[in-house]
Amino acid sequence: MKILYFAWVRERTGVAEEEIALPDGVRDIAALVDHLAARSPGHAAAFENRRTIRAAVNQDFATPDTTVAPGDEVAFFPPVTGG
Amino acid sequence: MAPRILVQEAPFDAAAEAARLTEGRTDVGALASFTGLCRADDGLRAMVLEHYPGMTERALLRIAEEAMARWPLTACTVIHRHGRITPGEPIVLVLTASAHRAAALESCAFLMDWLKTKAPFWKREELAEGGSRWVEARATDEAAASRW
Repeated sequence: MKILYFAWVRERTGVAEEEIALPDGVRDIAALVDHLAARSPGHAAAFENRRTIRAAVNQDFATPDTTVAPGDEVAFFPPVTGG
Repeated sequence: MAPRILVQEAPFDAAAEAARLTEGRTDVGALASFTGLCRADDGLRAMVLEHYPGMTERALLRIAEEAMARWPLTACTVIHRHGRITPGEPIVLVLTASAHRAAALESCAFLMDWLKTKAPFWKREELAEGGSRWVEARATDEAAASRW
């Protein structure tokens, strides 16, 4: 699956985009965050305070209990500040 | 008329965009417009806007369609810039056209409130003293969006 990072989440992970294999047992955003946070110290720093992270699955805003499946495009980013 | 949604780096021509919504029509009695500009607070040098290509257009279209469903609009335009924007330059344009002013004015305010909290843009400020910082989301924006 494709994982995208934006703004300071991207700066902390050190990558804008990465391809990962969805591990067995990871079925929602909350579990995916646990999995990704273990990838590197940068990822751990990015996901340090989960309340400040927002997510999207296939370009729709998601919540911690939104389900994820192989092939999905999942993005993580701070709360939006456009306008 | 489908909403006109543009996400672009280049500046936009607000007058030309407004003219598009009324040209050749005699049923538009109200045209509301909002332009958001980059301010030089504390000597800010520039604002750099990052976005999520693909999702941004999709989110803006969804918000615009919501406005057209809630108010009797003849047309609506949302243009949002990304990239580096310096003080005095426009960032965002929202235009709404309707037979009457209440629909145009209310939907214009609605679109701005929703796009501030529901479109994937992130602002980074280049500071006067050098360096930069990400703008933090404001609770007041969330409150403004939830009143609709």
